[in-house]
Amino acid sequence: MIAVRGLLHRYDGVEALRLAEWTVAQGSRWLVLGPSGCGKSTLLHAIAGLVVPTAGEIAVAGQSLSSLSGAALDRFRGATVGIVLQALHLVTHLSVRDNLRLAQYMAHMPQDDTRISETLAALGVADKVRRRPGELSHGERQRVAIARAVVNRPKLLLADEPTANLDDAAAALAIDLLAEQAARHGATLVVATHDARVKAKFRERLEL
Amino acid sequence: MNIASLSASYLRARALQTALSLLLLALGVATIVLLLLVVSQLEERMNRDARGIDLVVGAKGSPMQLILSGIYHVDAPTGNIPLAAAQSLARHRFIKRAIPLALGDSWHGYRIVGAGSEYAEHYGATLASGRYYEKPMEAVLGAEVAARTGLGVGGRFVGAHGIGGEGDEHAEAPYTVVGVLHGTRSVIDRLVLTRIDSVWQVHGAHGEPEVTVLLVQYASPLAAASLPRQVNSQTELQAASPAYETARLFRMVGVGVEALRAFAIILMVAAGLSVFIALYTALEERRYDLAVMRTLGASPRRLFGLLLTEGIVLALAGAVLGVLFGHVLASLLGVWLERQQQYAVSGLAWQPQELWLAAAAVGVGLAAALLPAWRAYRTDVSRTLAQG
Repeated sequence: MIAVRGLLHRYDGVEALRLAEWTVAQGSRWLVLGPSGCGKSTLLHAIAGLVVPTAGEIAVAGQSLSSLSGAALDRFRGATVGIVLQALHLVTHLSVRDNLRLAQYMAHMPQDDTRISETLAALGVADKVRRRPGELSHGERQRVAIARAVVNRPKLLLADEPTANLDDAAAALAIDLLAEQAARHGATLVVATHDARVKAKFRERLEL
Repeated sequence: MNIASLSASYLRARALQTALSLLLLALGVATIVLLLLVVSQLEERMNRDARGIDLVVGAKGSPMQLILSGIYHVDAPTGNIPLAAAQSLARHRFIKRAIPLALGDSWHGYRIVGAGSEYAEHYGATLASGRYYEKPMEAVLGAEVAARTGLGVGGRFVGAHGIGGEGDEHAEAPYTVVGVLHGTRSVIDRLVLTRIDSVWQVHGAHGEPEVTVLLVQYASPLAAASLPRQVNSQTELQAASPAYETARLFRMVGVGVEALRAFAIILMVAAGLSVFIALYTALEERRYDLAVMRTLGASPRRLFGLLLTEGIVLALAGAVLGVLFGHVLASLLGVWLERQQQYAVSGLAWQPQELWLAAAAVGVGLAAALLPAWRAYRTDVSRTLAQG
């Protein structure tokens, strides 16, 4: 699903990430571990095509990212990758439904309210469809953010520090929800975290 | 969801700033629309009233006053001239047609004009009811006079001295209405017409009969070169050209119009700045939204389009509001002017320049959104997300 070779990225001349080789099988679940600032987020961004690495090759779902032009890369990301961000970043003035519609719209997918309801129901937040993010609890917001990441049925689900600032029970639940949603959509799951509590959750681990 | 509805949702989310930008833009557009409507309609009416009149001859005084009193009936006359002098001038070979008018009195603020029926016919007026006057002290009412006073054929009224409607009344000499004219959308609508000798009779004229002005149509274009000079230098009469005097009037009024227009343009520029500042400052709080849209598959071009659309949607709304507001203002002004028995202005007429104005407003919105849109285009997703 993911093949990384000779990856190197520098921010303003400072090395942010170095990864000689990494292969992720289709449908597997990975934890990317390491302290803050070790390049976990950069790795996720590079896999998602949000940042072009200084050197190295990345292939996602058999597609070499460096061979895609800007707009094609954006389309590829919209169709293939779902991302759950640490700070969630739901659009605050849009309803939960419109946050999911935004995902469909930006990914050039048909806007399908049935699919949206179904996705929210699978995460137990179907009744929040008209709410705005500000009216939800943090747990509910996280579920909505996961729903937004999977509404387009991505082949690859990325999560950046999904357990930060959560208590033990919530952290475990967040990882379980991600794993469950990845399984449901047959997606490969990559979770970047520095949270020692979730280390035991997945067998496959990459230490940066 | 589409780019317009998404843009609109951001505009609604900043309702106060959006309202300020809208207000500034709408005020600027409305001011220019109002000016366009008033100036164009005024010019149109003044031109229509002066059509076919090449020269106005009357007593010596201010040429503009002669035009304003002789054609538009909005000022006091410069004085009277002997009928004999008017008649002898009317026979001049350069003159095709001359219509003598005797002025002096008014009724409810409407000027009573002593003239032959050719005066009404010059403006294409036809009788809506009754007949033209045949005897002294018979009167025909213009359409607006009849409508506003409610007087019809058979009604009687007395004139008052002057045009303000507050002079001494000539109670001993009442007029009888014998006809009412159809509306012509010209000065005739606001006049009371009667025979010239009615005016003499009311004023108990003794001695030489007089008229007030002579409306002249040239027989040939050559007349323009020599006739006014000839009249002004060789007789005790004064000749004034409506074309020249109204152009002079518009030049004088034009200074005020230009000042207002400049003010309106400043308002529109301020609106553009307000749109720019609103979009630009909002970028800071929106950078995560923009980054998230990129993670969802949006291209930078799409973010650029989103910001531009916001500027355009705002400007379009401002332009539409402004045009509507301008027409409402013109209608209100029209109602007020009608009460003052002045040239009415209609808010229902449209000017083709309004389309250009709307386009200019959209241009302002577009220009204001360009730099914010460019910054949205350049959003560095990875760095933005790394910050939080």
